[in-house]
Amino acid sequence: MRILHLAFAYLASRPLLTALNVAMLALGVATISFLLVVTHQAEERLTRDARSVDLVVGAKGSPLQLILSTVFHADVPTGNIGLEESRPIAANPMVASATPVALGDSFHGHRIVGTDGSFLALYDARLAQGRMFAAEMEAIVGADVARREGLAVGAKLTGAHGLAASGPAHGDHPYQVVGILAPTGTVADRLVITSVESVWHVHAEHAPARPEITALLLRYRTPLAAAMLPRAINATTAMQAASPAYESARLLDLVGVGVETLQWFAIALMASAALSLFVALTSALQERRYDLALLRTLGARPGALAALTLAEGVTLLLAGVILGFALGHGAAHALGWWLAEAASWPVTGLAWAPGEAMLAAAVLAIGALTCLVPAWQAYFSDPASLLARR
Amino acid sequence: MLEIRGLRHDYAGRTVLSVPSWDVAKGDASLVLGPSGSGKTTLLNAIAGLATPTAGSIRVAGTEVTGLAPAARDAFRARHVGLVLQTLHLIGVVSVRENLRLAQRLAGSPVDDARIDEVLASLGIAGLGGARAGNISVGEAQRVAIARAVVNRPSLILADEPTSALDDANCAKALALLLDQAAACGATLLVATHDNRIRGRFERRLEL
Ligand SMILES: Nc1ncnc2c1ncn2[C@@H]1O[C@H](COP(=O)(O)OP(=O)(O)OP(=O)(O)O)[C@@H](O)[C@H]1O
Ligand SMILES: [Mg+2]
Repeated sequence: MRILHLAFAYLASRPLLTALNVAMLALGVATISFLLVVTHQAEERLTRDARSVDLVVGAKGSPLQLILSTVFHADVPTGNIGLEESRPIAANPMVASATPVALGDSFHGHRIVGTDGSFLALYDARLAQGRMFAAEMEAIVGADVARREGLAVGAKLTGAHGLAASGPAHGDHPYQVVGILAPTGTVADRLVITSVESVWHVHAEHAPARPEITALLLRYRTPLAAAMLPRAINATTAMQAASPAYESARLLDLVGVGVETLQWFAIALMASAALSLFVALTSALQERRYDLALLRTLGARPGALAALTLAEGVTLLLAGVILGFALGHGAAHALGWWLAEAASWPVTGLAWAPGEAMLAAAVLAIGALTCLVPAWQAYFSDPASLLARR
Repeated sequence: MLEIRGLRHDYAGRTVLSVPSWDVAKGDASLVLGPSGSGKTTLLNAIAGLATPTAGSIRVAGTEVTGLAPAARDAFRARHVGLVLQTLHLIGVVSVRENLRLAQRLAGSPVDDARIDEVLASLGIAGLGGARAGNISVGEAQRVAIARAVVNRPSLILADEPTSALDDANCAKALALLLDQAAACGATLLVATHDNRIRGRFERRLEL
């Protein structure tokens, strides 16, 4: 306890160097923890949103774009498909369920999805209040939409054309909110959900001759379907089939390259932090070798001197790691706030990512090893020879 | 109190200290004299158990210091020996009081602020407890170093060149304080020096 007090006193006696050491460690830890938190949550979110959809059938174009627009609700659709053309696919015996999705409008940046009752099952969504939509122009809203827009059962909302927040309004076709979903932790929380017929109704003036939807979300009845259905659809129809699992893995790979580069940068940062910690401790030891010799004359054991040196290093380490995690999570949380403004991707700094325990352990272990060398020197310093030659 | 028999200390085969036989009675104040390099510091280190002599035995208050295991030697020194070093050497980054508390803690006794106040007052630096040890004057540090040596009421006080850095007036003052404090706690005092100014104050001497 005296030892710790003394270690603090030594650290406080050179505040600039102490602050610099802590800052370097913290920056490295913060960068890695930020990346871990954000990528972990992104992955988790992607897999949760795509979990129940085995295959998406939509208009030809970029498969990634098709998945982004109809599963993650983050891009514009590749186009529309005819309802009639899609019927044989929904009827295929290998398909367990086929959920239609008709996109086109949004409400204050929240997408309005025309679908049917099977949509809720894809996200394990339950109604918290009210009932399911039945008549045309009835809608239910996700938990986030209700909270942000202050919507209750019975409220009216007016869609705007297009998926951006600022399209022209469909003022003459208001929706009536008849139900509100419980939070699901998926994209369903941010959607306005109605029937396909309602979406058609809003666009009745410029509707094509034959009814269209944006895509079909399929669940397989058998694993065999994965090998056969996509190929069959892509080869024999004018439509495109894309797998959410495959496309989100491809997306994460793309992002992963950038994340890895940043991670190496952070590791370099931490290596230099460890080096500077070593230099600081070694030079501090040199500076106060008479202090250490004096402590020995007062009866301190060599182990106590090693502990003193270690305590100093470990204090710096802990401060750096704690501050680093605070910074990393703070930055992730700030990003979450910023993205929430854009109503697209929920990120929070309040959750730990799985790799972070490893990160803390690795930094503390490497740091402690770094401190062991000066601690070793302190242990073996000979007080008699120090006091004899000053 | 102190019995030395056949003591010899070699560094790399060269004998730098040889004391065939020397006894000091309890409560005595003795001087260890000799030119630079004659082994004064080496002798004090051996008595304090900071260095292990090549041959011979040293008994302090009936305990064979040379025969103790390292841990026991450190504990013995902390409890029974007070050291005053030429460079004084306080821990500069903490307060004067904390320096004295450290000495108490390391001696295995609980922190006793009353004792600290008493010692500081008897050395005329009662107000100095809160000062950062790195910021006080040399004269003040001299007194604090003496305070630290006596705060645990040691039975033996070893002072290595306690006055050689001081001017005549401060030299006389510091020596008087050291003798007073040693007498106050009934400690045996050993002063190693080549400072001729203080020869006259001691009756017993060991010339190296
Ligand atoms: N660790 C060491 N290794 C080798 N030689 C040493 C060591 N410590 C002391 N010596 C030698 O031992 C001799 C005695 O040294 P010591 O410090 O005891 O002398 P001293 O009488 O205290 O001198 P001074 O008056 O200058 O303090 C010197 O010749 C010194 O060089
Ligand atoms: Mg000497």
